Amino acid sequence: MGVEIKVGMADLKVCVSPDSVITLGLGSCVGIALRDPVTKIGGLAHIMLPDSTLIRNNSNIPKFADTGIEELVRQVTLKGANRSRLVAKIAGGAQMFGFGSQSETVRVGERNVEATKKKLAQMKIPILAEDTGKNFGRTVIFYPETGDFVIRAVGKQEYKI
Amino acid sequence: MSGINLDEMSNEYFDVLKELGNIGAGNATTALAQLMQTKVDMSVPRVQLLEFKELGEAMGGEELVMAGIYLAIEGDINGSIMFLLEKKAAKHLVGKLIGTVSEGDDFTEMEFSALKEVGNIITGAYLNSLSSITNLVVQPSVPDLTVDMAGAIISVPAIEFAALGDRMLMIQTQFFDEMVLDGFFILIPDLDSYGRMLSALGISL
Repeated sequence: MGVEIKVGMADLKVCVSPDSVITLGLGSCVGIALRDPVTKIGGLAHIMLPDSTLIRNNSNIPKFADTGIEELVRQVTLKGANRSRLVAKIAGGAQMFGFGSQSETVRVGERNVEATKKKLAQMKIPILAEDTGKNFGRTVIFYPETGDFVIRAVGKQEYKI
Repeated sequence: MSGINLDEMSNEYFDVLKELGNIGAGNATTALAQLMQTKVDMSVPRVQLLEFKELGEAMGGEELVMAGIYLAIEGDINGSIMFLLEKKAAKHLVGKLIGTVSEGDDFTEMEFSALKEVGNIITGAYLNSLSSITNLVVQPSVPDLTVDMAGAIISVPAIEFAALGDRMLMIQTQFFDEMVLDGFFILIPDLDSYGRMLSALGISL
């Protein structure tokens, strides 16, 4: 059994099999897991906002989808992952309150998911699976050994994507 | 646009926000005691300016199931307010209010709406004191309630703070009746409202 490396809010971590990366209680934030299936090197980012270019105070790199994903890619390749083999799984981006509302603040989860997909497409990293949106929180654990993205939610059976 | 930056907040600003939090939480406790028709004690609120990474731990763990009540506010102060309570404590509270406690862990529809009302009254009392101290108009929206992991609920106000800086202001209050109820208040004014609140209290920016 490997070590479970914890990723906080606005944070990212790299890990090598058999270790895993975990982030607890994702709400409207998005968890982005990257993996090189050959070297079994992976990582997880927990981003809070879609776009660093819309915020003046944007020095906190892991806080944003755009800069967070770039940095995670940089760090996993630095660790030995092959850039061209990277694949992604994403989870989170829930709407915790006011389900059905169209207000910008309330829809931030959805905007986080859109920005994440846009950035991954730009960087030509395929998304193998996703569990996003809806109205509940998620704890996610990513295993670079298998590529399994395990999801825990209140009142639900644990599942994986 | 005011020059407030939460990351570089001076002690003076922080003390003022702390004091606003203290008074607000005190008022909320009184409202709670009236509602329950019993004596409710309160500890001195703990006001913390926390990094996002520290939030989960400060609340007792990201996966702790909590009830979160969230309201938008409008008027001279724009933004939102959230009140969080551990699920067990919330269940105890509505049980006392309704007179019976349902079996199991979950809330019945009646308990859920009672809890919404409790949250409404608590946050309303908090906002009233804020409004009377600053002499500013504060108009709350209809409350919205969710029961989920602390981390997931807190992500909502945290994201609003994240647009302004890298830390979040959180006020923790312990209420006691027969059991200890850990409550958390998070007031999320937009940047301009911070300026208006502090100016209203005679603090120059």
